[in-house]
Amino acid sequence: MDRALAARLAQICGAGNVITEPEELRTYECDGLTAHRCSPGLVVLPQAAEEIAAVVRECAASGTPFVARGSGTGLSGGALPRSDGVLIVTAKMRNIIAIDPASRRAIVEPGVTNLSVSKAAEPYGLFYAPDPSSQVICSVGGNVAENSGGAHCLKHGFTVHHVTGLQVVTPQGELTWLGDGTGSAPGYDLVGAFTGSEGTLGIVTKIVVKLTTIPEAVTTLLAAFKTMGAGGAAVSAIIGSGILPGAIEMMDALAIEAAEAAVNCQYPEGAGAVLIVELDGPEGDVRREEQAVRVICTGNGAFEIRAAKDAAERAAIWTGRKSAFAAVGRISPAYIVQDGVVPRTALPQVLDKISELSAATGIRVANVFHAGDGNLHPLVLFNDAVPGEQEAAEKVSGAILDLCIEHGGSITGEHGVGVDKSRYMPKMFNADDLDTMQLVRCAFDPIGLCNPGKVFPTPRLCGEVPGIRHSPHPLVASGQLEQF
Amino acid sequence: MPPDLAAACADVRLATPADTVGAEPARFVACPTSTEEAAALMRAAAGLNLSVVPRGTGSRLDWGQRPRSCDLIIDTRKLDQVVEHAAGDLVVTVQPGVRLSELQDKLATEGQRLALDPPGGTIGGILATGVAGPLRFRFGAPRDLLIGITVVLADGTVAKAGGKVVKNVAGYDLGKLFAGSYGTLGLITQATFRLHPLPAASAIVTVDRPDPVSAAAAVRAMADSPLAPSAVDIDWPETSAPIAVAALLEGDETSVAERSSRISDILKPRTAEIAVGPFPSGRPRIGWPGLAAGGTLVKVAFWPGHLGSVLSAIRTAAEEHGLDPALGGSAAGVLHVAVGQATPPDTVGRFAGTLRDRLTGIMRSGGRLTERIPPSVASAVVLYAPSEVRSEVDMWGPVPSLDLMRAVKDQFDPDHRMAPGRFAGGI
Repeated sequence: MDRALAARLAQICGAGNVITEPEELRTYECDGLTAHRCSPGLVVLPQAAEEIAAVVRECAASGTPFVARGSGTGLSGGALPRSDGVLIVTAKMRNIIAIDPASRRAIVEPGVTNLSVSKAAEPYGLFYAPDPSSQVICSVGGNVAENSGGAHCLKHGFTVHHVTGLQVVTPQGELTWLGDGTGSAPGYDLVGAFTGSEGTLGIVTKIVVKLTTIPEAVTTLLAAFKTMGAGGAAVSAIIGSGILPGAIEMMDALAIEAAEAAVNCQYPEGAGAVLIVELDGPEGDVRREEQAVRVICTGNGAFEIRAAKDAAERAAIWTGRKSAFAAVGRISPAYIVQDGVVPRTALPQVLDKISELSAATGIRVANVFHAGDGNLHPLVLFNDAVPGEQEAAEKVSGAILDLCIEHGGSITGEHGVGVDKSRYMPKMFNADDLDTMQLVRCAFDPIGLCNPGKVFPTPRLCGEVPGIRHSPHPLVASGQLEQF
Repeated sequence: MPPDLAAACADVRLATPADTVGAEPARFVACPTSTEEAAALMRAAAGLNLSVVPRGTGSRLDWGQRPRSCDLIIDTRKLDQVVEHAAGDLVVTVQPGVRLSELQDKLATEGQRLALDPPGGTIGGILATGVAGPLRFRFGAPRDLLIGITVVLADGTVAKAGGKVVKNVAGYDLGKLFAGSYGTLGLITQATFRLHPLPAASAIVTVDRPDPVSAAAAVRAMADSPLAPSAVDIDWPETSAPIAVAALLEGDETSVAERSSRISDILKPRTAEIAVGPFPSGRPRIGWPGLAAGGTLVKVAFWPGHLGSVLSAIRTAAEEHGLDPALGGSAAGVLHVAVGQATPPDTVGRFAGTLRDRLTGIMRSGGRLTERIPPSVASAVVLYAPSEVRSEVDMWGPVPSLDLMRAVKDQFDPDHRMAPGRFAGGI
């Protein structure tokens, strides 16, 4: 990395907040998706929005690509650094600037962890609804970049439904506000367009979020079924009855086995599928809905139903589900966490096809998913010590995404595209769709220095006529831009 | 009639004097019946360098500024198909010319609804203006329920984003940009929405309060309650009238009875009347004061905790200019202000200016939040005004990050042919 640039960034952020030592840089070589690694050229840890703006201006002036990173928990390599670039880490910007209970709003810095917003709001009877499973550690800035969901987004919505204003640093290094915190600002909905753009349109430096009244009652039910088909039928029946649970989660036998091995969650013995149904809302409603869900589950063959009476019992039920990703490490040396979506009614067919795929290839797949919204998280298990098995697992993992697309779904429900899935984007969107999306990129970041190489398979060069690519773009020829 | 237009679309005609947008007369009107035909039409319009404004039933066509020009109106009323209602998935895909009321009737046969309740119009128009009714409180604006979109850009490019599953983060969410864009980025030819179960029963709990402070307290008690109201609205028809505060509770019959009784219990003094039935029965103006009156309609958006001060500020600003507008709106932080048709145009213009100054003042004097909140924290947008008022009033007022909006417009519509000048900042 350019030493002069490092010196200028040290002037902006303080020498102690610029990392140049190779061993230290390696700490940042990947996010939660460890399959992709790259040591950043330089890491800065700014402490204020103005510092980020100044860092970005230096990057823009020197043609240096830059990538923002929050807590580094992303699962699609969205915060994968560049060896020739600057990694801007927001971990030192952790102030909850204000809570306005009367307006049900909080203003936070991007490094604030998701759960700490809810903790700060709790004394006012409020909470921050989006709850990705990494909420203890993941940052709100990262949540904005990824439009994070969570188990409860079925009822309460995603990050984009709870963000009403963003202070951002544009890729030119200008500090500006998108939206005004009301959620009804005049003009284009730039807050909506920015949220979920995976760090490619700028870096968020302050976030205005909506807070939600804490539900009066919460009940968590665990229902055990002999087969996945029975569990799936119960899910359809619950939704069909007009009940909108806070969450409906499902695990198959292999995922249960892994969870038992890892955390001894003591789910009912002999279960081929477990369903976790969480109901929240006014007390009477939750009581009646619990009754209805019990009847539906029993009618669909549930052989055991447990209800959590308090927070401790609720946590016990959730332990198995929340540990599932890591738990498969107990039953397999290596695994791929997949994230795909299908329409809820296509779940039974798609699950059948996944087991066919697994049987045909000998690659085991554990299924854990947000059943209410059809968001699958198949865990594709393999032994990386066996030659060829990783490739076979990757093939199965890719075939699962093909199944999602065939059934009218999506290649990602919440983990994002990042570097991991950009090659699948053309299967879901045609060239015109992708070129049109990139018009937004061109409006915000015409030079393409802000988190380049993410989301889109081929970066569109702004100003280029779509579809016609004969000779290298001038920016490529001059070395200012890479195209691949 | 240019032959290229006639070749692109089977139903093109010369405009009549009735075919205007914000009083700007159109030259041609075309009714495409498919996305492909709409794309051919847009390519032809591009070749002829025609400005284009999409139109549904026209109920909000005069919202926004008068366009600088309007050569071609694309009438979406023949794009009127419900493409797919996947009832088991609670998802519907529709063309833009479908009327909201027709769609709701069709969805109701499966016990479902699109949780949007603005007064009338087509799906395309509702999306393009981003308009929402009382249900905004619980379900948000059109952008919050939209999960997929197909658009035709000014050059005829057909593009889609999102999909037909609720949970989906693949690619940029173009639907968010098009929702509320007033037709300035392109033509919407298909939209997919998340649906909700149609509640079996509903009730409205209404209380009258004498002044903004006590009305705001009642609103907050209802809005913050854990009783999950679908809407909390206020209605203040004139200064001398009491302020009506209403909560809408929806669910099965037992639930509605229980919750409406409980929500009236938390109001002090407990003077609530409970009416069982659809919202807003008996209170037709709730949320939408004087919409049909033909006067000036202003949308005021603010941080909801400032409701009391905002109500007072609107009244004070109005009194200074000798006005007594009707107010209505939602606890979500949106009020509509209706100024009568007979009001002199320059008075309306001055009122809007005073109102914007006062709003900024309130939010700044809010105490703890000063200097930490965004520079702009409330807005007053004139949605509609009689043509003689338009020249006297800045309809959009100050808009945050206008430069970025212009950059977006330049990318999507480089020749500025889509509804030119209708939007914020002259976009």
